[in-house]
Amino acid sequence: MLEARGLSISFGGLRAVGDVTLSVPKGAIVGLIGPNGAGKSTLFGLVSGFLKPDSGSVHFLGRDITGLAPHLICRLGMTRTFQIVQPFGAQTVRENIAVGAHLRHASRRDALAYAEAVATRVGLAPQLNKLALNLTVAGRKRLELARALATEPQLLLLDEVLAGLNPQEITEVIPVIRQIRDTGVTVLMIEHVMQAVMNLAESVYVLSNGQLIAQGSPAEITGNTRVIEAYLGHGTAERLRKAAEANHA
Amino acid sequence: MKELAGIFVFCALVALAPLLTSSGSMLNLIIMTLYAALLGQAWNILGGFGGQFSFGHAVFFGSGAYAMAVLQVKFGWNAWAALPVALALGSAVGAFIGALSFRYGLKGSYFALVTLAFAEVFRILSNTFDFTGAGVGLMVPLKESAADLQFTGKAGYLYLILAFVLAGLLLTWWLKRSRYGAWLQAVRDNEDSAAALGVNVFRVKLAAIMMSGALMAAGGAFYVQLFHYIDPHLAYGPAVSVEALLGPIIGGMGTLWGPLLGAAVLHGLGEFTRGVMGDVPGVNLMAYGVVLILMVTFLPQGIIGLFRRKARDDKKGDSGA
Repeated sequence: MLEARGLSISFGGLRAVGDVTLSVPKGAIVGLIGPNGAGKSTLFGLVSGFLKPDSGSVHFLGRDITGLAPHLICRLGMTRTFQIVQPFGAQTVRENIAVGAHLRHASRRDALAYAEAVATRVGLAPQLNKLALNLTVAGRKRLELARALATEPQLLLLDEVLAGLNPQEITEVIPVIRQIRDTGVTVLMIEHVMQAVMNLAESVYVLSNGQLIAQGSPAEITGNTRVIEAYLGHGTAERLRKAAEANHA
Repeated sequence: MKELAGIFVFCALVALAPLLTSSGSMLNLIIMTLYAALLGQAWNILGGFGGQFSFGHAVFFGSGAYAMAVLQVKFGWNAWAALPVALALGSAVGAFIGALSFRYGLKGSYFALVTLAFAEVFRILSNTFDFTGAGVGLMVPLKESAADLQFTGKAGYLYLILAFVLAGLLLTWWLKRSRYGAWLQAVRDNEDSAAALGVNVFRVKLAAIMMSGALMAAGGAFYVQLFHYIDPHLAYGPAVSVEALLGPIIGGMGTLWGPLLGAAVLHGLGEFTRGVMGDVPGVNLMAYGVVLILMVTFLPQGIIGLFRRKARDDKKGDSGA
């Protein structure tokens, strides 16, 4: 469904994303993890049209969409959320979601009705008439999700929708994401909350310093030496292994 | 639908005014309030709904005014024929400025400064060319008949400006309940989010500045028909730009009635200060300044914000949210 090949971009002298190739199969939930500053959100920007890559290409549904403007990519069926939630604060939850719904519903009435249906799917129905800026962090994350869903995407890019939520809220949102996939929406998610990644993703890409360092199932990834070292520092995997052996002895 | 009814009731009531009073100064106050409201409505489309704060809306006003005057004086056109050209020119100037500044992503104070600069450039140009009467300005010959869009009494002008304000109200009403309006407000609140949701940010902003420009040009055209005269300072000077933004900011930006309410408060205040302080030059401007400071500090959502806040507090009680 989504094929990114050899994507690179530099800001000044910093190579934020270097030669990244990844593919997301239809109907999957794919995770993208990596330490802070690894280039995950930059990669999202490249894929969704907010940034133009220096080299490489992005294909979506068999079409070359490299360098296409975000609104056109959205029209094709791919949309993203933002890590730092960006609600239309002065508007109600219903109006916020309707903006997304308007992509495929020209009439105001249809868009508002569809917004209500989407709100129900993500558990925002009781807050439809609230101003977006009066929502809690968890509410805003759900709103971000709902707005994106309202564009009826085939591929949804989620940028840390669980960050900043408490454990209770996380366990509430995880089934929402699974249910989104079950209704036929493919998901590519950046996530720090490993509980969610382990729970949801069938396959995981690991990014570190702008490079892909590993790919596999969540279980494979958590045992991968390079991944452990990317998070915990060089030589950590070796030390951990020795410590484990010492314990056994 | 309630709002639509409100619009027509309001316009019907104002239309009755010439039947109820023959006082020239009273009708004049209504005309000038409606005129200020029209400029405010024009600014409100781009500033209030689109979040693009222009500080040079005179550029559209002046272009409309000059189109009206030049076509009548230099080409002998009928005023009715010149009017659509004036609106189109205001819109075209909007398209030009919008295409340049939105293409390069100018926002906030940069956009405000660019619009101010354009208004100044147009002022200097109109001061230079014989075509626009240069510094002397253009005098539109007096032909007091409706066929020439001039009127013997005040009532005719009141109906003319009321028609423009009605158009402004309907346009604003449409913005509040259309896909385009939803997109425009989304762009105002967050451009990146809007783009991610499939909104063509550039096109939406361009359409807003073109509508705003056309409505502002209607204000300029009205001015020429009312005063039969235009010069570079009246057309493109900063006074008009400020008048256009004061109304919506004081009344309530991005609302249907805000520009009208703001214009009414300002003109009421102007009359009041004139009554209390006499004809001290500029005293009404001082009063405006004080009101503006108070509004921005205590009521950033304008006078409408007061009612809104109350309505929302009331609602909170029954929804339990």
